[in-house]
Amino acid sequence: MAKAKTWIEPHPSGIYVKPADLWIDPSRPVERAAVTHGHADHARSGHGAVFATPETLAIMALRYGVDAEASHNQAYEYGDGFERGGVRFSFHPAGHVLGSAQILMEYQGERIVVTGDYKRRPDPTCARFEVVPCDIFVTEATFGLPVFRHPPTGDEIAKLIGAVRAEPDRAVLVGAYALGKAQRVIAELRGAGWDAPIYIHGALEKMCQLYAIHGVDLGELRLVSETDKAEMAGQIVLAPPSALNDRWSRRLPDPVTAMASGWMRVRQRARQRMVELPLVISDHADWDELTATIAEVNPKESWITHGSEDGLLRWCELHQRKARALHLVGRDLEEEA
Amino acid sequence: MKRFAALIDRLIYTRSRNSKLALIVDYLRHTPNPDRGWAIAALTESLDFPAVKAGTVRTLLATRVDEELFRLSRHFVGDTAETAALLWPDAQGKKADLSVSEAVDALAATSRSDAPAVVASLLDRLDADGRYALLKLALGGMRVGVSARLAKQAFAQAFDVPVDDVEELWHAIAPPYAPLFAWGEGRAERPDLADVAFFRPFMLAHPLEDGSVDLADYAAEWKWDGIRVQIVGGGGETRIYSRGGEEISGAFPELVAAFDQDAVIDGELLVRGEVQGGEAASFNALQQRLGRKVVSKKMLADYPAFVRVYDLLAVDGNDLRGLPWSERRRQLEAFVPRLADSHFDLSQVIDAADFDDLATRRAGARDAAIEGVMLKRRDAPYVAGRRAGLWYKWKRDPLTADCVMMYAQRGNGRRASFYSDYTFGCWTDGGELLPVGKAYSGFTDEELKWLDKFVRDNTLNRFGPVREVEKSLVLEVAFDSIHASKRHKSGLAMRFPRISRIRRDKPAEEADRIATLQAMVT
Repeated sequence: MAKAKTWIEPHPSGIYVKPADLWIDPSRPVERAAVTHGHADHARSGHGAVFATPETLAIMALRYGVDAEASHNQAYEYGDGFERGGVRFSFHPAGHVLGSAQILMEYQGERIVVTGDYKRRPDPTCARFEVVPCDIFVTEATFGLPVFRHPPTGDEIAKLIGAVRAEPDRAVLVGAYALGKAQRVIAELRGAGWDAPIYIHGALEKMCQLYAIHGVDLGELRLVSETDKAEMAGQIVLAPPSALNDRWSRRLPDPVTAMASGWMRVRQRARQRMVELPLVISDHADWDELTATIAEVNPKESWITHGSEDGLLRWCELHQRKARALHLVGRDLEEEA
Repeated sequence: MKRFAALIDRLIYTRSRNSKLALIVDYLRHTPNPDRGWAIAALTESLDFPAVKAGTVRTLLATRVDEELFRLSRHFVGDTAETAALLWPDAQGKKADLSVSEAVDALAATSRSDAPAVVASLLDRLDADGRYALLKLALGGMRVGVSARLAKQAFAQAFDVPVDDVEELWHAIAPPYAPLFAWGEGRAERPDLADVAFFRPFMLAHPLEDGSVDLADYAAEWKWDGIRVQIVGGGGETRIYSRGGEEISGAFPELVAAFDQDAVIDGELLVRGEVQGGEAASFNALQQRLGRKVVSKKMLADYPAFVRVYDLLAVDGNDLRGLPWSERRRQLEAFVPRLADSHFDLSQVIDAADFDDLATRRAGARDAAIEGVMLKRRDAPYVAGRRAGLWYKWKRDPLTADCVMMYAQRGNGRRASFYSDYTFGCWTDGGELLPVGKAYSGFTDEELKWLDKFVRDNTLNRFGPVREVEKSLVLEVAFDSIHASKRHKSGLAMRFPRISRIRRDKPAEEADRIATLQAMVT
């Protein structure tokens, strides 16, 4: 696999594809960027040209002011792609958030997949992860430790609904990231039969509208700022995590503080965030999903990034799979250079 | 184990005391014996399984999980029991629920060498939450904020029985407390406590707000600033209980050894201070001795403890609690000479001519270990809790200092969105502000709103949950006493600091200096 290193260079600031003079998920402005999904640690403003799915481009337009209509920015549906400098790029569902994609690159008979962030379990707000065979699999490892096993999403949603019904005089305030997690929790609640209005913090409004435009039905949403305190008793309220213990929460009736995140699996983490109702709902693959995916994709080599690289690296070692943490690769290249 | 695991989980995330109480009440009402008894014993850290230690669990994990992955996980999670609970592979197939009592029986019966196999077979029958509950049960260190006092209150509330009775019975009956539940549910008589070193609930005092009392009706004693204890001896056994009914015998072995009597005394535990010429030292010195499981020889030598005896509740098999204070006092004075004077002395009655004379003496008391004056009705029996008109505490007037707010931190529970904990400082001669204390009470809800807004509008820096504020607000801080302390840069530590006034009128430069506070040190 020495060949791959001649055309793809992992750097701390992103992955550089040499023959195409293009970066994947760069953290600083570049001339050409292919972007896996809309979260801020992958997408940002200031690039010359952006290549992404239509949904990701729309999210970047909303969040970072990227001009989605400009001709230098190109949108590709899942399965589609483009060629540049002899490299064939294509986008495949990653199951992380709306529009999230794995990026497959093919060059002189060699195939590399960059997953961005992904999960394997079903999510009503986005297309499900597809296994794309490849030689080098660049995988995230946010939950790359065996303590992270997310319980079935349905159980966590049932826990949330149970908590609301148990205390009809209180609101349950769920902290959820504004892009992805919030909409997924809402959609999962709808799927579980919760058809009352769901109350949201103003910071979630535009992203929920964007999801609705892209065909994700979120039911009736009401803004907390336009609602009487008393109306929200016995109801579910969503806000970004930063608002949970902020002054903003005083406008809710005696709220029970909940938080939807994979980190909630660890009790001390939940306690540190002053959470009363931890909900283990994550948009990232858990340990079992990460390891099963590597086995299923069965690449010649795995490059591990974003999170607990050491744990997943150790698993690969135990299973005689060739793997390296990406920051190490980046450092090696610098030494060669 | 499912119900117990769910209870622990809820308790971990519940902050308010009343909500914790409600959860335990519900559990006690709806869980059968003996599980509920074992559960409550586990919550209050009253169980010990000598054969099962954290090392047992680590060794065991190594048989199922790669050691390196365990190490990485343990490092991330920060708790061995939780790491093990999450890492232990789910056994295949349906599992019959394991009861708490089955687990307790198995853990109690195992030997050190069999322990890993026994724990493994129990873990295999549980899910992740159940495994966490089991390992916490086995290893202790539950840390769910349930004190013995809270557990007893929950019991009293669950079965509608007087909490004083529960307090008294609790320590006399061993887990899983079957006779206690039988009595609580009205299935049996109140258990008989003869020949047991059991705890008697303390008699407590109301503050004397205004006005005075007639010293013909009330006796006056100094109120000492240590910890109130009850020493129960009898049947070859001696136990020391704190005010909440927690047993603290282990921290004071010299007192246990010195109390060789069939009697129950109520007194103040103090540490003898050199600077006071062998008299009681400040509370600061006593703190060195609190909360220790093992007491070193050096500790015993540096901070020798003794008890100043206030009252005699029982002697030679006779319960004196029904007698008036004057009669108990007579018997107490006759009893104290039976105790070793190296570790026990008698709390003196203040010989004041009248209330004004007493007020003068109280104002003149300069002893660091004096917190104020106690007034006890001469004809009152010893009754549990606070009863109107029987005992009063008349604390010394607090000291005050004008300090400058430096940092603020958010509170808990209802106050989670408010900056309600304040660190304040005073000026050095060089014009530098040094923190002298921290307070989170003394203000009204209205004042809290104002203080919260002040913090938000005047934030200079954020350090995690802490905000550094503009050093412009003067707070008048009241405190009971102030002591020298090596733990603080200012060299000072306040006892019971609280905010007494917000001095918006006073410029920060005019706040008190460290030197002024040093002059108040006792």
